Amino acid sequence: MFKKCLFILVTFMLTVPAYAAGNKNSIQIKGSDTMVNLGQAWAEKYMEENPGDFVAVTGGGSGTGLSSLISGTCDIAMSSRNIKDKEIALAKQKGNNPFEIKVALDGLAVVVNPANPVSNLTVDQLAGIFTGSITNWKEVGGKDEKIVILSREVNSGTHVYFKEHVLRKGNASGTEEFAPGALMLSSSQAIADEVSGNSSAIGYYGMGYISNKQKPVAVAKDTNSEYVNPSIDNVLSGKYPISRPLFLYTNGEPQGLVKKIVDYILSKEGQDIVIKTDFVPVKK
Amino acid sequence: MRKLKEFFIEKLILICGLASIFFVVLIFLFLTKEGLSVFKSVTPGNFLFGKSWYPISEPAHLGILPLIFGSLLVTLGAAIISIPIGVACAVYIAEIAPLKIKEILKAGIELLAAIPSVVLGFIGMVTLVPWVKSTFHLPTGLTALSGSIILAFMAMPTIVSIAEDALYSVPKSYKEGAFALGATHWQTIYRVLLPAASSGIVAAVMLGIGRVIGETMAVMMITGNAAVIPQSILVPVRTLTATIAAEMGEAVVGSEHYFALFAIGIVLFIMSFIINVTADLFLHKRNR
Repeated sequence: MFKKCLFILVTFMLTVPAYAAGNKNSIQIKGSDTMVNLGQAWAEKYMEENPGDFVAVTGGGSGTGLSSLISGTCDIAMSSRNIKDKEIALAKQKGNNPFEIKVALDGLAVVVNPANPVSNLTVDQLAGIFTGSITNWKEVGGKDEKIVILSREVNSGTHVYFKEHVLRKGNASGTEEFAPGALMLSSSQAIADEVSGNSSAIGYYGMGYISNKQKPVAVAKDTNSEYVNPSIDNVLSGKYPISRPLFLYTNGEPQGLVKKIVDYILSKEGQDIVIKTDFVPVKK
Repeated sequence: MRKLKEFFIEKLILICGLASIFFVVLIFLFLTKEGLSVFKSVTPGNFLFGKSWYPISEPAHLGILPLIFGSLLVTLGAAIISIPIGVACAVYIAEIAPLKIKEILKAGIELLAAIPSVVLGFIGMVTLVPWVKSTFHLPTGLTALSGSIILAFMAMPTIVSIAEDALYSVPKSYKEGAFALGATHWQTIYRVLLPAASSGIVAAVMLGIGRVIGETMAVMMITGNAAVIPQSILVPVRTLTATIAAEMGEAVVGSEHYFALFAIGIVLFIMSFIINVTADLFLHKRNR
């Protein structure tokens, strides 16, 4: 009996790593929640055209993706922010060499409930709301209601981008923070759900998540500029003030299967999928 | 040959028995090693009593006081809801219910224990959260109260089954004595049975609370996760467990944020250790 158990155990230990290592036709893509739908769409189309190759896509946040790339547990990391110097240093330490590929653009939409009369905000007003210095909707022309701030968790590239470019207005040495009372939700969908059910909530996420249950706010750089809606054209022309590039990171220059997929993503077909999932292509 | 076999099997079982202790020690050592490194960049006082949690800013603010309060508040709320209901339920099952109802109730409670916490969290998010919002006229229903209610559901099975056990093991003679003295059924229950089973009931409550304080998924989904020191139970809170779960993905291995999350793990470990030891003390008191 004991011998039998030992035999099973040993076989198990020998086969599992062999299986994992032998599977050369599969690659792992991991990272940004903003990009997970996009990544999934790419993967599905790609696999349809290349049967036999297997692409797995998981979310978790840009930080999660990059730290998996650094530790070698995924092949491609999706990220909605630039890799940090700290992360590059860490990767070099482990013998990895992150390679950056810009694959799409994303407009960050600021959304409120459709019942909310406020539909125009300046970047200054947004910064005031999200840092907690503006606490009531009537201060920005709305009803007399307390503002409920919704934010993504700190593992989100969207969170980091919004903090750096809206709260701190691009000032790298700024110290503004999200109001401590801001609700930290774990996904863009959770923010969308809360906004659609809560008339005093304000949140932000990638344009792709906008539906008719939320109302995107038109944003102006300052009081002298025009208010611009988040749309593909406005992001591409640079008129919309809160937009950002989306990246893929690979370990060293892409090779083999990874290169095949990256090439597919940058092809006309791959970029069409970008438009279909409500992002903005890098080239039109 | 036979003796040899016996010897091997005995040693094998011994190793299995020691393994659990070995693992606990290993986990504790690992937690301590990783967690204590955070105190190179922040003093223990600032860590435990700091009021702001901004782990990824430069410089990072690593104060977990709001998180400790968040965990304690949600747990306290859950305890206030689940203890009276749980103990009353145990009394009913152990003393009053006819056999048939007893069987149904016990099966139902076991089923409640079997519901995964993410499912409870999801149900809470779509039903309880809007209800809390509209009932209390709050700006948002993602509050400590919502978390407490859902966690009370999770603590109840533990409390009911262990408390019922404690009530059941009170010697029959106590009950008969009380009846013989002319006490009514209710008087017997609260003057004789409950005091006699009190240590077991306290243990049940402690184990229930232990379950609540370590719960992660459901609280992360419905408490709003805002790291402020709560002024009432109707505001969003962020718990220790939800913080670790939400942020461990981002934390760059070896950064002070990463070490801080391990340090939070130590705080949680100590909390649940205290709760378990208390429960154990009461259980042993009863057995003596």
